[in-house]
Amino acid sequence: MADVLNVTDGTFDDEIINSDIPAMVDFWAEWCGPCKMVGPVVEELAQDYKGRIKIASMDVDQNRQTPGKFGIRNIPTLILFKGGEVAQTIVGAHPKSHIEEELKKLL
Amino acid sequence: MEDLVIIGAGPAGLTAGLYAARARLKTVLLERLAPGGQVLSTDWVENYPGFPDGVSGFELVDRMKRQAEKFGIVIQSQEVSSLELTPDKKIVVTDKGNLETKALILACGAGYRKLGIEGEDFLTGKGVSYCGTCDGPFYRDLEVVAIGGGDTALEEALFLTRFASKVHLIHRRDELRAVKLLQDRVMAQEKINIIWDTIPTRIVGENGVDGIGLKNVKTGEESLLPVQGVFVFIGVIPNNQLAKGLLELDDRGFVVTNDYMETSLKGVFAAGDIRSKLLWQISTAVGEGATAAFAAEKYIEGF
Repeated sequence: MADVLNVTDGTFDDEIINSDIPAMVDFWAEWCGPCKMVGPVVEELAQDYKGRIKIASMDVDQNRQTPGKFGIRNIPTLILFKGGEVAQTIVGAHPKSHIEEELKKLL
Repeated sequence: MEDLVIIGAGPAGLTAGLYAARARLKTVLLERLAPGGQVLSTDWVENYPGFPDGVSGFELVDRMKRQAEKFGIVIQSQEVSSLELTPDKKIVVTDKGNLETKALILACGAGYRKLGIEGEDFLTGKGVSYCGTCDGPFYRDLEVVAIGGGDTALEEALFLTRFASKVHLIHRRDELRAVKLLQDRVMAQEKINIIWDTIPTRIVGENGVDGIGLKNVKTGEESLLPVQGVFVFIGVIPNNQLAKGLLELDDRGFVVTNDYMETSLKGVFAAGDIRSKLLWQISTAVGEGATAAFAAEKYIEGF
């Protein structure tokens, strides 16, 4: 996960809400199989969009506050942010092409 | 040119890869997500032989992957967008380029079927779920429904009792289709309440699920059950996008093959959940993967 930024309840606002560039956060947990499926796709996107979109992930088991704030009840969930606002939510393990379509709208 | 391209790295594709690698076929195994397929949504696998105490879906698939890789298969992270298939030329178009191959195995699997009722899409992510093992922990001490009557529905309903205060199992008929052992466990589980002869009509809620509309198919009586979660397990639909218009499909969209896993087009094989068949299981998928790889090898020898 070299290019994927690990965010926590403590760093979320600084890194994501106040980010200069658009961001995407992958909400996941160790117990969730489909989260593992989407992991490599998120990693690839982090490389592809380096410097243009901040790609991050948050372990919902370790961080309860932020997932609660965004009403997350399914994982994997990807939330796309632009200017600190939620731009799009992608629920479930989707292939790269689908996620990329939404990412491109942020640029 | 490749000898063989396998699309999909679930149990069928990984087994086909294992056999192809041991046959020294020049093989590419493509996967659009991480290897595993639907098995990764399975908490505990109890009916795959060789594991008398059961095995987690994740571990089982990881073992299959390592076994295939041990014999030289490389799993490539690529998404196939289309196929160009003629009897003498097969081209696989992916997001990273084109692959030309002598033979092709489709092991694309299947995905969950949706209910297709009001509120479902809107509330997906807000209380509507298709994966109990993923989302169950979000429903601690809440009341939920599980919809369906097959093995998956019962397994997932049982899993959900670890978290939810009550699980209503909604089934459209007056008997369950699932294997008897699971039925016995469900009957013995006090947290599960079975609602027979009933179909869901709509899911209601604004920021989250507040309830589900139900209709008794025998009496016609309609009601609203207040719940915070709706888990849908009403079967699968084949991932047949690549095969549509190219290969013969059955009336539900599954790819038709013969006993050798040959599809309607020479040199194209199918294995696993994408196939039209009687029983969709990990144990059947691996046998089909092995057969498809062997049949492909024979086909390539005569290429």
